[in-house]
Amino acid sequence: MDKEELKKVIYEMVEKSMGKKKLKQSDILKKVSAEHGVDKSEVKAALKELLDSGQLIFTYFGGSYIEIPPKEQP
Amino acid sequence: MALKHETPLLDELEKGAFPSFVKEIKRAAETAENPDFAQDLLGQLELSYKEKVTHWKHGGIVGVRGYGAGVIGRYSDVPDRFPGVAHFHTIRVNMPAGFFYTTEALKTICDIWDKYGSGLTNMHGSTGDIILLGTKTENLEAAFAHLSSRGWDLGGSGSAVRTPSCCVGPARCEWACYDTLEATYQTTMRFQDELHRPMFPYKFKFKFAGCPVDCIASIARADMSVIGTWKGNIQINQDEVRNYASSGLDIQKEVVDLCPTECMTWDGNELKINDEDCNRCMHCLARMPKALKPGQERGATILLGSKAPIVTGALMSWVIVPFMKMEPPYEEFFELVERIWEFWDEHGKNRERIGELIERMGFPVFLREVGLEPHPAMVKEPRRDPFYFWTEEDIEK
Ligand code: HEM
Ligand code: HEM
Ligand code: SF4
Ligand code: SF4
Repeated sequence: MDKEELKKVIYEMVEKSMGKKKLKQSDILKKVSAEHGVDKSEVKAALKELLDSGQLIFTYFGGSYIEIPPKEQP
Repeated sequence: MALKHETPLLDELEKGAFPSFVKEIKRAAETAENPDFAQDLLGQLELSYKEKVTHWKHGGIVGVRGYGAGVIGRYSDVPDRFPGVAHFHTIRVNMPAGFFYTTEALKTICDIWDKYGSGLTNMHGSTGDIILLGTKTENLEAAFAHLSSRGWDLGGSGSAVRTPSCCVGPARCEWACYDTLEATYQTTMRFQDELHRPMFPYKFKFKFAGCPVDCIASIARADMSVIGTWKGNIQINQDEVRNYASSGLDIQKEVVDLCPTECMTWDGNELKINDEDCNRCMHCLARMPKALKPGQERGATILLGSKAPIVTGALMSWVIVPFMKMEPPYEEFFELVERIWEFWDEHGKNRERIGELIERMGFPVFLREVGLEPHPAMVKEPRRDPFYFWTEEDIEK
C-alpha cells in the first residue's frame, strides 16, 4: 500500500472512531498493520505525516490520544 | 501596576521566614510584561483557598504541530471571573543533562518567557524539565518557534518518554561509575520519536545516577533507574585510612560499625572489606573519600518499575540487570529498552505503568518474554522472587 493510501486508511479510522472510542497511537499502529498487512513502521511514518501536517492532532485526557482537530480551537 | 484582587489568605503565606511563592507571583503581577496572567492567577488561587477546591481543568489540545508532548493544557473553570488565566498552559523545555547552564542560556529562556508567557517558571519540575508556567493556546507555536531557534526543544509529557534526567555525574563527582551526562544525552537523542509523539500505554521515565547514592532519586521516581556500580573490590588506600584515624576519625565506630552488612574489619592499622558481602551502601566511601574508591570495573545496575501511587500503590524499581557496561554507543542498553517496550505495548492496559504490568503478570513472565536470565540480585523482598523455573507448558497433567 502506498503512503497516501495508508494515510487515508488511518484518517478514516480515526474519523470513524471519533465520539465513540479515543484511539492511542499504538491502537492505530496495531489495527492498521493487522487489517492491511503493512509493517507498523510504515503505518507510523504515514501517521507522522498526518500529524506534522496538522490533519490529525494529539490530545490528552488522562492519557495521550490521536484525534481530528476541532474546527474552532478552544 | 496595582494588584487587581484582594488576597487575604494568600497574604498569610508571605509572613513566614521562608521564600514565598506568593511574593513572586505578586511581583510578576506588578512587573511582568504580560501581567494579566499573574494578576488573575492570584485571584483564582485565593478563591481556591477560600473554597478549598481547585479551579483548574486540564487536558485537551496539548501540543505544537506534530508534537503530542511538551505542552500541558490548563484552563480555568471560572474564566469569566479570571480571564487572564482562561488558558494557563505549561510548556516543558528539555533541560541539559546534569542541569548545567550558562547565564546566557538562562537569560534567553527568561526573555522568551517574558514575551510569550506569564514570566513565572519552575526550575525544575520533578521530571527535571524547565517548567514555563502559564501561556495561552495562540502563543504556543510562536513560543516554540522562538525556543527552537535558540537550540531548545520541548520535553516529554502524557503517554510519552519523559525527558531523561541524571545526576551531575563525572562532571562534578568522583563517585560516578559511568558518564551519566552522555548516557542521558544519547538516550534523549535515540528516543526523540518516543519523547515527542506519545505511543505508550502511559508515561515512561529514565533517570541516570552515577553511583548508589542516587542523587537523582531514580530508584523511586523512574520507570527505568540506571544506577552506577562496580564489580570486584573497593579500592583501599591504607595510608589514607591511617591518616583518617590519626586525624581523629573513629574508624571502628563511625565506619566499620555502621556498615549495614557488617563486612568490614579494622585492627587499628589495616582496614579489610569482605567485598562479597558489600551491598554498595556507599557509607564507607562517603565517610573516607580519600581512602576508598569504587572498584575498577565500573558500569551500572538497571532497575525497572518505580512509580508514585495512582492506579496501585507506590513501587520502587527493582533489579533486572545486575551489571551492564554503560558506554557509547549503548546498544545493549537500547536493545533492552526496546524489548521492554514491546512487552509493555503487547500486554499493557491503558494507563498501566511498566511496574504495574509486571506486578499483574508476574516477574517470571516478564523475564521470559524480555529474554532476561533470573539472577539472585533480582530478589526484591522475601517471597517476591523470580525463581519459578517451570511454565504452564512444562507441567505434565
Ligand atoms: C500441619 C502442619 C503445618 C501446616 C498446616 C503448615 C502450613 C504452612 C503454610 C500455610 C505456610 C505458608 C505461609 C505463607 O507464607 O503464607 C507455611 C510456610 C512454612 N512452613 Fe509450615 N506448616 C506446617 C508445619 C510446618 C513445620 C513442621 C515446619 C518446620 C519444621 C514448617 C515450616 C514452614 C516454613 C519454613 C514455611 C515458609 C516457607 C516459605 O517461605 O515459602 N511448617 N506452612
Ligand atoms: C531440602 C530442603 C529445603 C527446601 C527444598 C526448602 C525450600 C524452601 C522454599 C522453596 C522456600 C521459599 C523461598 C521463597 O520463595 O522465598 C523456603 C523458605 C524458607 N525455608 Fe526452606 N527449604 C529447605 C530446608 C530448610 C531448612 C532446613 C530450614 C531451616 C532450618 C528452612 C527454612 C526456611 C525459611 C526460614 C524460609 C523462609 C525464608 C523467607 O521467607 O525469607 N528451609 N524454603
Ligand atoms: S549519584 Fe553518585 S555519582 Fe551521581 S552525583 Fe550523587 S554521589 Fe555523585
Ligand atoms: S559500601 Fe556500605 S556495605 Fe559496602 S563495605 Fe562500605 S559500608 Fe559496607
